[in-house]
Amino acid sequence: MSRTAHPPEPVAVPAPTNSKVHALPPPFDSSPPEDLELITQGAEALVYKTTFLSPTTPAALKVRPSKPWRHPTLDKRLTRQRILAESRVLVKCKKEGVPVPAVLALDWEAGWLVLEWIEGMSVKEAIRRRDTGDETGLRTLLERIGQVVGRLHGIGVVHGDLTTSNMMLRPDASATTTASSGLDGEIVLIDFGLATQATQEEDRAVDLYVLERAFGSTHPKEEGMFDVVLEAYGKSYKGAKTTLRRLEDVRMRGRKKSMVG
Amino acid sequence: MPPELALHVAMYTDVENASFLKDQLLAGNAEFEYAFIDASMILSTKHVLAAAFRAMNDHLNERLKSRNIHSEIVFCLSPNNNIGEAFRRFGVSESTRNLLVLKVATATTPDITLESVSKHLSTHIQGKECAFDDANFRKVSDVERIRKVYKANLPTSRSSSKSGKPVVNGTSGGREFDPIWSLERQILGLMALRGAT
Repeated sequence: MSRTAHPPEPVAVPAPTNSKVHALPPPFDSSPPEDLELITQGAEALVYKTTFLSPTTPAALKVRPSKPWRHPTLDKRLTRQRILAESRVLVKCKKEGVPVPAVLALDWEAGWLVLEWIEGMSVKEAIRRRDTGDETGLRTLLERIGQVVGRLHGIGVVHGDLTTSNMMLRPDASATTTASSGLDGEIVLIDFGLATQATQEEDRAVDLYVLERAFGSTHPKEEGMFDVVLEAYGKSYKGAKTTLRRLEDVRMRGRKKSMVG
Repeated sequence: MPPELALHVAMYTDVENASFLKDQLLAGNAEFEYAFIDASMILSTKHVLAAAFRAMNDHLNERLKSRNIHSEIVFCLSPNNNIGEAFRRFGVSESTRNLLVLKVATATTPDITLESVSKHLSTHIQGKECAFDDANFRKVSDVERIRKVYKANLPTSRSSSKSGKPVVNGTSGGREFDPIWSLERQILGLMALRGAT
């Protein structure tokens, strides 16, 4: 397995082995273990919470470990391309004003990415925990979701994995805990590991379809309100309405598939 | 970062002998092996530290593209792959009034300590030493020029054609609308992506 060369560290930490678990790429392998906290382990990457540049700056470290069962050259190339693609998409979104975490540091050869830490809970959790009497709050939240996804599609990016657990609700800096209804805050999209640019009508419609299905299965009680999202989406960018029409086609195709089986 | 790589930083305002320092750097005078950066091109402490981080990381992985780790720091500030351009834009020039100096101590140079660096600098730099913090950067940074170099956008009012309300996306302002903060985040991403194949 090819490795990027690095001089041995004086700290008694061995060079990262092929093992995926708890072996971090340099320079993070010399950080004290208290600094890093594993948050989640997806199919593609491990995500840690840590600090970056100063002990007061929280950051998310996303590591795509090498997959030993893949051919090494291919693995390296794939990891590099995936990390680069994700970072480019994030930087483009940030430039155009779509709320995403900022890229703080990047090492595409080593396979890691440091992102801005987004405070708050996922939209999925926020909806689960919400005050069920407050329907307007939910409505505005769904509108905001539609607007943000619309902005994303408007700049030619498709998320690839739109679910409410891939959206964070970042509380306002000035919000007080008593005043917030629990659904206030800025929606920030995260996890762009499957995102693509240069998208077609079809891809955008599929993106929405994925969200629709995910929303329906994660939040069955709120499923009927999904139209609010689509309505807000339709107003968000030029061409959104055609995407919505395409969505109907995708829906039909999806249903037909299950009927054939 | 591994402990044997220490980074020393100093900042000076009202610098008089900028051209002298530049000449020493170009001559390759080993005594003057520092990253000399024009502080007005730096937005914040994070901005320059992130560049230093990348340079140090590349150094650890033996992926330096320029002469030494100090020139690499200046190069890492740039959004593109042109070393010369990076120096012209971010490095010290005759017109530099506010200077930032960085020095990296590696395992091979154990004699470089905070005292030795600050002593050497204070004898050779004619200027006022000031604290390395964001407040001072806000005073000296030329935000418009920085923005142009990185081709970054300021946060727009982010409204669709119809909404003129101040509440956007659930927030009523706050951090997102601080242009320096927003610019900084764009810059960090652009610096990180530099030279990506």
